[in-house]
Amino acid sequence: MNKIIFSIAVCLLSVTILSSCKQEKKLPFYGERHAETTTDANGTEKVDTVYQTIPSWSFLNQDSVVTTNKVTDGKIYIADFFFTSCTTICPTMHRNLMTVYNDFKTNPDVMFVSHTIDFKYDKPSVLKKYAQKLGVDGAKWQFLYGSKDSVYTLAEKNYLVAVGEDSTAKDGYIHQGYLVLIDKDRRIRGAYDGTKTDQVEQLKKDIPVLLAEYKK
Amino acid sequence: MRKYIINSFFLVSVIAVIYSCQNQETIDLQNYMSNGKSVYVAKCQNCHGENGEGLGQLAPPLTDTVFLKTNKNRLACIIKNGANETFVINGKEYKEKMPAFPELADIDVAQVMVYITNSFGNKQGFVDYKQVSTQLQNCK
Repeated sequence: MNKIIFSIAVCLLSVTILSSCKQEKKLPFYGERHAETTTDANGTEKVDTVYQTIPSWSFLNQDSVVTTNKVTDGKIYIADFFFTSCTTICPTMHRNLMTVYNDFKTNPDVMFVSHTIDFKYDKPSVLKKYAQKLGVDGAKWQFLYGSKDSVYTLAEKNYLVAVGEDSTAKDGYIHQGYLVLIDKDRRIRGAYDGTKTDQVEQLKKDIPVLLAEYKK
Repeated sequence: MRKYIINSFFLVSVIAVIYSCQNQETIDLQNYMSNGKSVYVAKCQNCHGENGEGLGQLAPPLTDTVFLKTNKNRLACIIKNGANETFVINGKEYKEKMPAFPELADIDVAQVMVYITNSFGNKQGFVDYKQVSTQLQNCK
């Protein structure tokens, strides 16, 4: 009898130990990084890893209002590059992103930012119409228009998404369909192929993980 | 007893013969459906969706069986040459331009048309590509 009680106790103990050992999941950091040595008030030196961040930006949004990175302050956001007359990957990307948008519609800590790469045609009024027809209303999902230089540099250097003009492509532009997840400190925490449903599902799972990092 | 066995053998073989002898049109339809699906995935699905659900008001759904029936003779031309007019589908207006697909051969158009008109709740049956060819020559 004692033996049985003892073995049950051992089992219970091991289960508790095992379950408490689960490590908290954290999303990776993308892009370049470097070490920085800082000295605190007591004079002790500390080495910190500094990750690549998205620089400040300023564009016109779908309401022709000057919009800066300030709108994303205190929020995590998902950024992508598209253009309204695109018939290849963009409709699929935005169809999938719409499902993410609908899932997090009521969460004030999540935002969406779509940059057009068609600097010739996609003026704010065109973006507004596109947003409405996609079924997006309000400031939670910003559609941004800017000069070729500013948008293309931001895409390639900072969000690490390849974009370009290409006269041989069907619609005149080529670009990658990544949905890039940015944290509240403007660091890149994920990149998901917006044309693949399984990766978009992963994004939906990763958003709460990233939000949880800030809850402590 | 022996009679029974022979009889049932006979019956089974008759059924087997009938079953394997599907008519040519059913085979053609299956053939068009499977090829048409590949064309659909490559050319149409981006905008019209995996289940023909469309995309907001940017791309109309392909689930309006009434629209597809009344415009039956125009479908091939729309698939190949695109469209730049307002369509009312499921009671909603769609004004976006549909791009042309000049790279599609007549047989591709026929197959994808048969696929669309027999999926997403549609059931229009088989259309031969010769008929589609004639339609394509008379596009407005």
